[in-house]
Amino acid sequence: MLSLNASQRDAILAACIRALPNEGCGLLLGARDVVTDVVDSPNVADSAKLYEVDPRVLLSATRHADDQGIDVLGVFHSHTHSEAYPSPTDVAQAPDPSWHYLIVSLRDAPVMRSFRVLEGSVVEEPLSIGA
Amino acid sequence: MSTQQVMNQRDDERGVMAAVLRVPTVLRPAMGGASVIVVEGDTVGEVLLRLTATYPAVKRQLLNPDGTLHRFLNVYVNDDDVRYLGGVDASIANNDEITLLPAVAGGAT
Repeated sequence: MLSLNASQRDAILAACIRALPNEGCGLLLGARDVVTDVVDSPNVADSAKLYEVDPRVLLSATRHADDQGIDVLGVFHSHTHSEAYPSPTDVAQAPDPSWHYLIVSLRDAPVMRSFRVLEGSVVEEPLSIGA
Repeated sequence: MSTQQVMNQRDDERGVMAAVLRVPTVLRPAMGGASVIVVEGDTVGEVLLRLTATYPAVKRQLLNPDGTLHRFLNVYVNDDDVRYLGGVDASIANNDEITLLPAVAGGAT
């Protein structure tokens, strides 16, 4: 399960909407599957169908996490015209099996779902959104 | 030995140039669980070759067969992306911090 609060959920949605017409993306920092920081990133792929977190943002976030004694828990990104489910590209390029993969669909009303990707297999996990 | 202890160690005690390498979580299981490793080398390429000689399981995630950097791997020497420093030919100075960052990418396609 991935846990975040309403403010973090809103920050993720806002980042994805700001990125339109391209896919939005960013990192989730925290500990023990609880998000403490949402880090928005430019999509350096500059595409409505692909995303890539800016490596400089990843570097900065990794150092911040180390300094704070927390972890990079995962990544969020948006699908502008398809469902909130990992695509074959998402699965093939998932960088870390310990990560949470949060996907926002902006095809219609925003939908947010979270997944784990383990050795090419996708498993949806509960997403807890607190107050 | 902590990162700071390594960086405080005198150069002549180590004997040769060495960099402190930060290991991303995805590679730690194949590298003995270490989050920080001291690796000798004058260039990024030498450091990665020594690293992969010790931990051969990570070689194909770091380097192409021709010895160039894997396209989904970002390598920073301190704050600089080595792509702009000559890639595997980028020079390393004592106590430089090398950070390995697998690319975070994907998309609906």
